[in-house]
Amino acid sequence: MAFFEMVKMALRTVTNRPATIRYPSEPAKKTIISRGHVTIDASKCISCGTCVRKCPSQALVVNKEAKTWQIDRLRCVVCNSCVDTCPVKCLFMDTQYSAPVTARGVETITITYVKPQKPEKKDEAAV
Amino acid sequence: MTLPEQSITAIDIGKLFGSVEQFKNEGYRLVQINCTKVGDVFEINYSFDKDFIFKNLRITVTAETEVPSISGMYWGAFVYENEMHDLFGIQVRGMNIDFKGTFIRTAIKNPFSVTITKGEKP
Amino acid sequence: MTKQIIIPFGPQHPVLPEPIHLDLVLEDERVVDVIPSIGYIHRGFEKLVEKREFTDYVYIAERTCGICSFIHGMTYCQGVEKIMNIEVPERADFLRTIWSEYSRLHSHLLWLGLFADSFGFENLFMNAWRIRERVLDVMEQTTGGRVIQGSCKVGGVRRDISGEKLDEMNKALDIMEKEIEELTTVFLKDDTIRHRTKDVGVLSKEDAYHLGAVGPTARASGVDIDLRKTGYAAYGKLNLEAVIESGGDCYSRCAVRSSELFTSMDIIRQAIRKIPEGPIDVKVTGTPNGEYFTRAEQPRGELVHYIKGNGTKFLVRSRIRTPTLTNIPPLIKMLQGCELADVPVIVLSIDPCISCTER
Repeated sequence: MAFFEMVKMALRTVTNRPATIRYPSEPAKKTIISRGHVTIDASKCISCGTCVRKCPSQALVVNKEAKTWQIDRLRCVVCNSCVDTCPVKCLFMDTQYSAPVTARGVETITITYVKPQKPEKKDEAAV
Repeated sequence: MTLPEQSITAIDIGKLFGSVEQFKNEGYRLVQINCTKVGDVFEINYSFDKDFIFKNLRITVTAETEVPSISGMYWGAFVYENEMHDLFGIQVRGMNIDFKGTFIRTAIKNPFSVTITKGEKP
Repeated sequence: MTKQIIIPFGPQHPVLPEPIHLDLVLEDERVVDVIPSIGYIHRGFEKLVEKREFTDYVYIAERTCGICSFIHGMTYCQGVEKIMNIEVPERADFLRTIWSEYSRLHSHLLWLGLFADSFGFENLFMNAWRIRERVLDVMEQTTGGRVIQGSCKVGGVRRDISGEKLDEMNKALDIMEKEIEELTTVFLKDDTIRHRTKDVGVLSKEDAYHLGAVGPTARASGVDIDLRKTGYAAYGKLNLEAVIESGGDCYSRCAVRSSELFTSMDIIRQAIRKIPEGPIDVKVTGTPNGEYFTRAEQPRGELVHYIKGNGTKFLVRSRIRTPTLTNIPPLIKMLQGCELADVPVIVLSIDPCISCTER
């Protein structure tokens, strides 16, 4: 027979600190591996299109001639698939959520990758 | 860890009632009724289980065949049969609770029986 | 002759976590018949399998439901691995078991909160969810996501848990166990809760077996079905006892889920003690060709995934049969003969997860 079990629990929660955080005035509780939003290092992307093929919600569009990388933030489900499969590791997962927006649209980033020139073949004069 | 092997027995649609009644008398419970579209025909799978022994019956029908309902023996089968009717367009005769196509309402009738190749763009 | 009136229950109702529609046929205040209607959240997942490669479909399979998401992903991966004859390393099996049991803890704590809310006990609702926050913190620290874990893949798991983290989790379980014990004492011994749940929504043992009840709904009526005994993942190497009650009413279902919280914590402790060292995944080559039914124990009951492949990268068919779909006929049986004010308590006692039902 429980004797005032609920009263003990209620008194304890009344006198303790609140369990909630005043987000967004205080920062949200995050860990190092939390998935927030995808960022790209534009100087390393080689426009191979692997991330476009692997995205399960088709949120990425890559245009090789125009050198742009577009992401629809509202379609992205932060699954980490593009970050894992990028062959040059130019995509990173940031821990904070993306900012709220008032209209649907895509975010476009210009790719600044320049293919390095192969060193000129020196004519090795026969020794 | 190895998962157990399973048996799938293909039977004729006329023998469906007899086999299901045999399972019911031996104390098996109905797990699910499944439908797959392979080419032009539909394969309907009935799964039964008792003490973790899993057995399946399979019948192959075309879109016009009428399948008899087993809800006389298993009262809870109407959920799967109505869903099969709404998504694949298979006619089932004699369901105990017949929703007549309103169990799952979709924009296109029988969506799983057609292949839609509309391009998807962000 | 008493008149019969029809009252619609749902899809919008404060007590329901997800939309389902029930037409209640009433005579005075007593329910005589129920006509269910689903389809409010049908997203057509099973059709999407033809358009995504089988390795990418894991992300979609685990988004079928927000409460039981890890077990969906794990069951799908198990099915594909069985068709392709891939042997997953032992450490991955134990990690999958640990995450499944944390999922079960989080789901039962969520249900206890909603159940208290269904008869107006808001204070208990908030206390149950306060304990649930600790479980979600552990999930976020080990996988990166609170609700959708994303750590299962075909061939193993994607992330590892270090030895120090496992010790930390072990100590945190002790603190959680004390709080859960206080919470379940209130649920099972309090007089007001007992008046609302004893002898309400009774389901006999024969009805439960023949109508196809699974999970805690069946175990509360005396039927011994617990898929974890088949030994998938690492359950074959751990001791576990299924919790069975014989009352068949809402109080028994509450008691089964409360006891399962302690069983889950015991399984996590055993797994942390016995986990071996080793790799966490194997490389996957080839494509699946064949068919298989995999089954797993979700917090709500028995989950069946049917997978069929024909040798290409895209699967032919993936069918998910969730426990709530098969618990709807027993729900109709339970509601016949009850009072109108008991309907929310009974509907919540089967733990409806409608987004799983409709995929």
